[in-house]
Amino acid sequence: MTSVSDKSKQNGSSVVSTADLCRHYRMGETLIRAVDGVSLQVQSGEFIALLGASGSGKSSLLNLIAGLDRPTSGSVVVYGNNLAELSRLELSKYRLRTVGMVFQSFNLIPSMNLMENVELPLRFAEVDRNKRASLAQTALHRVGLSARLRHRPSELSGGEQQRASLARALINQPRLLLADEPTGNLDSHTGMEILDLVREFNETLGMTVLMVTHERTLAERYAKRLIFLADGKLVDDQRNHEHETVPTLQGGRP
Amino acid sequence: MICAPADSPALDESAREKITQLRDVLEASPDIRFITELRYQDKPHLTLIAALPSSAKERDAFENMQGQFFSSDSAPEAILQKSFAEELLGKRRKPGEDDTNVAELGPPLLGKDLVMRYAERMATPGPAITASETNGTQNAVSDHADDVAGAAYSVISREQTLKIVGISDLDPDSLRGPGRARVFLPLKFAENLHVMQATSLRDNSSAAANTPTYATVSVRVRSAKNVATVENAIRKMGFNTFSIVDATRSMRQFFAVLDLFLGIFGSLALAVASIGIVNTLVMAILERRREIGIMKAIGASDVDVKKLFFAEAGAMGVLGGAVGVALGWTIGRVINIGTNIYLKRQELPPEQIWFVPWWLVLGAIVFALLVSLISGLYPASRAARLDPVQALRYE
Ligand SMILES: Nc1ncnc2c1ncn2[C@@H]1O[C@H](COP(=O)(O)OP(=O)(O)OP(=O)(O)O)[C@@H](O)[C@H]1O
Ligand SMILES: [Mg+2]
Repeated sequence: MTSVSDKSKQNGSSVVSTADLCRHYRMGETLIRAVDGVSLQVQSGEFIALLGASGSGKSSLLNLIAGLDRPTSGSVVVYGNNLAELSRLELSKYRLRTVGMVFQSFNLIPSMNLMENVELPLRFAEVDRNKRASLAQTALHRVGLSARLRHRPSELSGGEQQRASLARALINQPRLLLADEPTGNLDSHTGMEILDLVREFNETLGMTVLMVTHERTLAERYAKRLIFLADGKLVDDQRNHEHETVPTLQGGRP
Repeated sequence: MICAPADSPALDESAREKITQLRDVLEASPDIRFITELRYQDKPHLTLIAALPSSAKERDAFENMQGQFFSSDSAPEAILQKSFAEELLGKRRKPGEDDTNVAELGPPLLGKDLVMRYAERMATPGPAITASETNGTQNAVSDHADDVAGAAYSVISREQTLKIVGISDLDPDSLRGPGRARVFLPLKFAENLHVMQATSLRDNSSAAANTPTYATVSVRVRSAKNVATVENAIRKMGFNTFSIVDATRSMRQFFAVLDLFLGIFGSLALAVASIGIVNTLVMAILERRREIGIMKAIGASDVDVKKLFFAEAGAMGVLGGAVGVALGWTIGRVINIGTNIYLKRQELPPEQIWFVPWWLVLGAIVFALLVSLISGLYPASRAARLDPVQALRYE
């Protein structure tokens, strides 16, 4: 593996640590190795882009880290919790409190307005009814949607929907943001607006970001570390040299 | 209520007294009725005569009577039913126009005399001749027994003058009236006449010879709800009973059958509705798979998802219950309005035959809620078990 991950292991400050992580799907006779022996360390406050061709297993890996899926073998440890050992209820609490998720297709609930959508995680977290509204309002204000509180998702542009879903992902103040192609349905300008917001949260809140994308340019512009997947395997893990603000510790390439 | 003797005991004075002493019995009077000839101004009229206890005076049945009620319970007086009064006056009813005012009948008849001819039944002391002849060769004990069982009385023809004191417009066919009789006599007076009644001929109980027995005794009870218990008590004494409650039995049976049918339809509707709820919710889960996936991705637990679908099922139930109650209430209103229009045409006071009590409203809604929650159990747990990754892939 890479020297970076080796070093972070020594530091013991990993937010996410996977070891020989596998997720296999059996389709009749054939075995699909969507994630095939991935060992990865993510440190606190990192902004990582997960790159790879379609079908390389990016989403599968992200779902394992998100606790939405369980590994076939290997382990995922997030903030000291081995997700494979958590119960269904513990996993849901983990998803609720520790991670925030953003998707390519926004995944807002169409029958609810933005306030209701953003309040939803607060409802699951059993936050007081009257506190919810002000929290949701603040979150929507932060992503610049103060004027659209009562609008349904269908009444908004793609960029606005993705902002709303960002607001929802951040409402429970997660320490880890997992984004699966958050700009995939947006034009490049709008995509950059969204990623500007993500970078802002990464820098101001110290939130660790793991973002799946297949747009190399966007990844190089925002991420501090690029991880490449191919056929479910981790094939490259490099520091983003174009990122001048981050001091280069080592060469990065294996 | 009337009770006729069954096989075993004699329905005589002592039995009547026993009945009077039963709980909730106000009065038990022998039912005396016989058909005989009455002469008025030398013209004979054959009619059914019945005895009335003095308590009948208080009954609303005699409210519109012309003249007076009997001056005493043993006075030789008579109250005529309107149609009989018309007959005496030679008035003929034209079909269609059947309402002569009772007031018109009063003046010509009140205070006039009627002559009643009747057969008096007299107990003959000692064994009857016929009986001892047939059984003469047997021993004395059996002789005596047979004697008593035989017709140990004689029949004497008598005449009695009656004064007309009242004319009643009581409907002779009404159940409240003393069944079809058209001339009424005071009870004590009628009893003392010892008129031979139709049932006397069949009478072969041991008491028949000496003490008179009654064919029937009318029993008045405190209130309608006591009827069944009093009837039971009298039946235990060994008599047959009949009451208005019996008359409504067929009606009650009809309603029981109606209830049964409604119950069956209700259960069927319930089963269909439950399946409907299950189906609707399962469909909702399929349609909203993605939504469930999203909710799980942003932190909903199995219980959260379950609650959501449960709440939905409950809302469906409460709404359905409320709509059902409203519909039932409306149908009831329509039936009430319909029957009241009918009753008004019949010049009867309006009745509210259909009403929905508040506890039924509440009960129906709670029941609907329960049914839908039970129906929601399976769909809700199915939704909760959904794999979020699969659900999110679903477009
Ligand atoms: N539920 C599943 N059943 C069977 N195969 C699956 C399932 N989920 C994913 N796969 C397979 O696993 C492989 C990795 O899929 P994944 O969605 O992780 O790829 P990806 O890198 O996210 O691709 P894309 O860029 O198109 O989103 C694919 O070959 C896919 O067909
Ligand atoms: Mg993907």
